[in-house]
Amino acid sequence: MKSLSTFSVRRVGLALAAPVLALAFAVVVTSAILIGTGHAPLDAFGWMWAYGTAPDSIVLTINLAVGYYLAAVAVAIGFRMNLFNIGVDGQYRLAALVAAGVAGAIHLAPILSVAITVVVAMGVGALWAAIAGYLKVKRGVSEVISTIMLNYIANAVIGYLLVPGKLAVNVTGSEGVGTKVIPASGQVPGLAIIGGAQTKVYGLVVLAILVGGGYWFLLSRTRFGFDLRATGRSETAAVASGVNVKRMVIISLLLSGGIAGLIGIPNLLGESYSYSQNFPAGIGFTGISVALLGRNHPLGIAFGALLWAFLDNARQILDLHQVSKEVVTIMQATAVLSVVVAYELVRRYSISRQQRDVAQTLEAREVTV
Amino acid sequence: MTSDLKASAAALPIAVRTRSLLADKRTRPLVLLGLVLVVFSVVRVATGANELTSAGTLEAALALSIPLGLAGLGGLWAERAGVVNIGLEGMMIMGTWGAGWAGSTYGPWQGLAAGVAFGAIGGLMHAVATVTFGVDHIVSGVAINLLGLGITQFLAVQVLHNPTQSGEIPSMGTFTVPLLPGWFASIGAHHWFAVSDLANVLFAIVDKPAYFTVMAVALLPISYFVLWRTAFGLRLRACGEAPYAAETLGVNVYKYKYLAVIASGALAGFGGAFLAIWSGFYHDGQTQGYGFIGLAAMIFGNWRPAGLAVGAGLFGYTNGLQLRSPPAVHALLLVLVIALAAYSAWLLYRRRWTSGGISAVCTLLVLWWFLKTHELEQHIVSATPYVTTLLVLALASQRLRPPAADGIPYRRGQGK
Repeated sequence: MKSLSTFSVRRVGLALAAPVLALAFAVVVTSAILIGTGHAPLDAFGWMWAYGTAPDSIVLTINLAVGYYLAAVAVAIGFRMNLFNIGVDGQYRLAALVAAGVAGAIHLAPILSVAITVVVAMGVGALWAAIAGYLKVKRGVSEVISTIMLNYIANAVIGYLLVPGKLAVNVTGSEGVGTKVIPASGQVPGLAIIGGAQTKVYGLVVLAILVGGGYWFLLSRTRFGFDLRATGRSETAAVASGVNVKRMVIISLLLSGGIAGLIGIPNLLGESYSYSQNFPAGIGFTGISVALLGRNHPLGIAFGALLWAFLDNARQILDLHQVSKEVVTIMQATAVLSVVVAYELVRRYSISRQQRDVAQTLEAREVTV
Repeated sequence: MTSDLKASAAALPIAVRTRSLLADKRTRPLVLLGLVLVVFSVVRVATGANELTSAGTLEAALALSIPLGLAGLGGLWAERAGVVNIGLEGMMIMGTWGAGWAGSTYGPWQGLAAGVAFGAIGGLMHAVATVTFGVDHIVSGVAINLLGLGITQFLAVQVLHNPTQSGEIPSMGTFTVPLLPGWFASIGAHHWFAVSDLANVLFAIVDKPAYFTVMAVALLPISYFVLWRTAFGLRLRACGEAPYAAETLGVNVYKYKYLAVIASGALAGFGGAFLAIWSGFYHDGQTQGYGFIGLAAMIFGNWRPAGLAVGAGLFGYTNGLQLRSPPAVHALLLVLVIALAAYSAWLLYRRRWTSGGISAVCTLLVLWWFLKTHELEQHIVSATPYVTTLLVLALASQRLRPPAADGIPYRRGQGK
């Protein structure tokens, strides 16, 4: 009994060791660069902390993290099955555009309107991902390549649709075009949960929490989730146990694309109310990094998304102090690379440790016999 | 039908069959290229879209293909040694910056050297992560892409004092091929069927090539020779096909993987340097995803140098056409109609009625689209290269065979 509990304590320790090691390494690398360019690292981190923990910054961080979290979950569903959906970026932008067009055109009861927008966004994201799924299953095209191409094609489709007369209207007071502004019935009010902040947290932060919970439940509590993880661990073993891998590929890409479709929605219904050229882009790629950082685990991803959003936000202050804020990008990239290296090292260590434990236990038993 | 063919083929003596296959294999590319030339000539004459094979379009196509081809070669080196390199984009970005910095400070040749060196550093980082630490190759590649972007943006601010672009890189200079360009140009100007089109292709190749263009093109046969005709290349490819078997024969798999991935980064860096020196300066976002597209070209080319050259050429051509003369892209629809019609005919001949029928319907739809419109919407035109790549991959992917141990982490002494 005692050995069991120490074992699980060690397991938790090992699970936390990797990200802590990686972040420490990233901080060391960043500090070295800062020192090399004539800045005091402690000052820089201090400024970032002070700026990033102001109430309004916290709201901004949470709002950014909502998108990052959804993106990372979309990527993680694929990762769990050894599918690499790089196309999350195109999926969410196309979905946000079409959803914005629909939401701008309908006048219904508030909840119904929001529900329709969400469903449309998920549908468009899933459809765009389904192209990659079809090509993989039926034509053997690697999803890595097809989703990259589909990102570029999504750009073209967005350009094609985002003109006056199709999905866009001329925005009054600016040169740009955007979709029709979503009426109040289709908007989601913000939540004033951070004391002292002028701004509000997106109401659809709830959506991210629901998606996270659903992702956890699906993976660890359903037959489908088990099959998904099994396929990711060993495809041959999964096939032997009766899993239809092609079907799994299609379903998981549809799910991934559906979640990807949601990425832009909290911002769309809570802040911008219209899709224009200024709509945040590139969140799909950030999602890949966040999923890696969070090890595809629903809680890990939440931590990763908040950290990433915090860094994105807090780095803005560095320019004021004549430190180039690009150093934070290096820090983020180093963290991603070192976190995967650290996980690999911890995995090797824990395997050899387990082997040693088993050997010791067996030896001890032989002695007593 | 197929079983009949198989039976009759089996009846043939093996020697004859092998010889006929070999002959087939050698002549097939030439026959296909000839066919492509004829189809394009037919379409050009039928639509009057002379830009389809004009010297200007083809020169743009060549210049746009080269960075892709170099990235593809980078992918080839790494994946032949069993390391998937999706970090090519990041290594290319580092190459553009290296060339921009050294090129604008010291000169174009130093710029090229720095671009290659920066790319190689990116390759080294990927090698440390994937070979030494056994990290998932795609994960490491994604991180390298991010790191390449971060490092160059940081260095741009620190060294160039300009976050978005470098100073001017002087031109590297071109050399003049005697006589030939003049001859080809005069033949090309006549718009003769097939002959002028071929002359334009040749003109684009021999018209004042830049030194680094020639170097880049030469890297293709050099890579083929090194990888397929030397003992070094055989060992390197063995690491990608069966690393544990290679290990038992005394090959230092780690060493070969390291060398391959560093070479891969250097080639991607060359591609980036080409982009920067060709445009005359480095700017943020210069690579536009060429690293990824180069990787797609390599997969399209079935992990072979000649195949990847065709893939890069295809993308470069459609990209060059849509940039140089957007109206001519409309004529490409007719090329698509002919290709689809041929494909449907082949399917129907093989009695695959359903697929053949669907394909025939698609042919008619595209034909209708071609006849109904006179030009394509600008955004559709800009998507041409990506749609083409996707379509071609969809048609060709089933015949592809990656190296057997591609992307599988290797650890010495852990073979089963």
